[in-house]
Amino acid sequence: MNAPQTPHALHFMPSEGFRARSKAVVENPFLRQSFRGAMDFLMSKRAAQFPDAEELESLRTLGERIRQYNLAKLPDLLVQLETNLTRNGIQVHWAETPDEANAIILGICQKHSAKLMVKGKSMVSEEIELNHAAEAAGIGALESDMGEYIVQLAHEKPSHIIMPAIHKTKQEIAQLFADNVPGVDYTDNVDALIQIGRNVLRQKFLEADIGLSGVNFAVAETGTLCLVENEGNGRMCTTAPPVHIAITGIEKIVEKLEHVPPLLSLLTRSATGQNISTYFNMISSPRKPGEKDGPGEVHLVLLDNGRSQAYADEQLRKTLQCIRCGACMNHCPVYTRIGGHAYGTTYPGPIGKIISPHMLGLEATATMATASSLCGACGEVCPVKIPIPELLMRLREESFSEPHANPAMRGQGAGYSRLMTSIWRGWAAVYRSPALYGAVTWLGSRFGWLMPSKQGAWTSVRVPLKPAPKRLRDMLRERG
Amino acid sequence: MSARDRILAKLKANAPSTAGELPNVADWYATHRSVESQADKAKRFRHFIELAHAEVYSVSRGGWLQKLWEVLDAKQLGKLLVAPGTAHGERAQRELAALGIDCPSYGQAIESWKSAMFNETPAGFTAARAAIAETGTLILWPDADEPRLMSLVPPVHIVLLDAAHIYNTFYEAMQTEGWANGLPTNSLLISGPSKTADIQQTLAYGAHGPKELVVLMIEDNLQ
Repeated sequence: MNAPQTPHALHFMPSEGFRARSKAVVENPFLRQSFRGAMDFLMSKRAAQFPDAEELESLRTLGERIRQYNLAKLPDLLVQLETNLTRNGIQVHWAETPDEANAIILGICQKHSAKLMVKGKSMVSEEIELNHAAEAAGIGALESDMGEYIVQLAHEKPSHIIMPAIHKTKQEIAQLFADNVPGVDYTDNVDALIQIGRNVLRQKFLEADIGLSGVNFAVAETGTLCLVENEGNGRMCTTAPPVHIAITGIEKIVEKLEHVPPLLSLLTRSATGQNISTYFNMISSPRKPGEKDGPGEVHLVLLDNGRSQAYADEQLRKTLQCIRCGACMNHCPVYTRIGGHAYGTTYPGPIGKIISPHMLGLEATATMATASSLCGACGEVCPVKIPIPELLMRLREESFSEPHANPAMRGQGAGYSRLMTSIWRGWAAVYRSPALYGAVTWLGSRFGWLMPSKQGAWTSVRVPLKPAPKRLRDMLRERG
Repeated sequence: MSARDRILAKLKANAPSTAGELPNVADWYATHRSVESQADKAKRFRHFIELAHAEVYSVSRGGWLQKLWEVLDAKQLGKLLVAPGTAHGERAQRELAALGIDCPSYGQAIESWKSAMFNETPAGFTAARAAIAETGTLILWPDADEPRLMSLVPPVHIVLLDAAHIYNTFYEAMQTEGWANGLPTNSLLISGPSKTADIQQTLAYGAHGPKELVVLMIEDNLQ
């Protein structure tokens, strides 16, 4: 690794504030009800899509194999993708950092004197905080996915990677529209609310100079960008404006077009419990001579932002298998209770905990991996079999072990505390030696009354811990 | 070094020595998906796309225009965007005009009439290249005659599908048609009208694309 770089400035909040933010959510019964209801809904929709356990298991195995195969060939496939996209007339750009990606995108906007960019749903554009960069450059960046549009109106960030406004009730959205959309009266009828959004955004698709989108799969052999969506705003952004800019992480590549159908099936069934999304949009070139619509220019920005760090380690590389379905957060008991904003990172939930440290450094994310009971649900539902619990254990080790030379991750040892490490070493020593364990428990049984009645966070909601006056071994001895 | 070279160098320095064999996608489909008759595929296609809120009408090769007119009449649509460069578009334009339907064509590049497309075009009529039974999905390859926005911007999209061209799976469609040898500017899978569940998981149709999707399925002589 090179010398540590300053982590990308976080508009999102570092993990120090995680406890306070989660506490606030846990104490809010409305938010808890929203999350619980939404997660139950998504879990049952997914389950209904996979009635056959054998089919699911074999498809997951195939999905894992496809992702691992393509990751193993990643450097070659990136070059192949670039060659074929360029041959098709799509311009390819490379960015190591969010700042570089923003500079490329805004450079294209400025070249076209763009005033308005309409955006299809793209978590990578959230990752680089493109909206802020665009605003600073005097370019309007408007989210057009209904959920993203809602959170943007509320000056918030998405709280879920698939359902961005999952934390909002329809009454809140109704008020938001009434306050922010000119000429609109309060209504909490969902159909009416969607029509309001539709009417506002149609005008913007018509006016926009630039359409921005993410990418779900980039196919190297054909030079094709694939997008999954239900609303049609993704098609609008990639078809109506004169210029289309797509942005993706470098890991989302498949070599063969035939790799797409199994991954698409896993993605939509795992994400929203749909057998397929309403639209699957495959883009292979800008408008050709004689064609009457579609952008005249198409660009693809390939972003690293820490992915190459995960790639360098055999175990951590599995993080990059992710196809961003969100099933891990839908099934996570922690996410269900605290929601997405508490994490403070672009990607919340289990996938957020394992990918964000590569993007932001462990300095800013040291405790993220500890927000898990290691129940294993995330690993069990992952459509491409990422061993998320194992990776969480690994990240805890990277965060809290003593800093050493040539670490696998930027910020290794950021959470290291000599005192804590000594305590755990002592604990381990006691449990390894029967004599020492006997002595310590004897002391506990004799001097348990010395235990303080206030024991920090433990006693905030529980009775104090107190060693029993008689040890188990003594009780057994008495029984003979 | 450029960002490109630095990224590639980092990845190359750490790539595994071998990727192993190509994943066997064909095998999975052979084991887990059966092949149905055209009539059964048509039934399955219809079941799934209707679940996704599309309207499907069974028509004959000679009689689809009558059904198209009935659909327009029932929805009180007096205007339909057609593609006269195609056989079906030419027929629709010729015969519907006689029935009093205004049938503008996508004659010019969108720049010259974008506002009219967005504000004054209530319905569009295209063909589907093929369909997929497993998911109830239409396959469209828009082209110069039948451009991309025809199936997206008008609030009602009416599609003509020949049920003889329904595949079992997406995989079978791309393999049979040799898509890996070359794809057009834009190829599309469409599996219902536009929708969203972004407000409290409540399903609403007509988010940004067509609010209604109507399929006229030609079912003559299905085996």
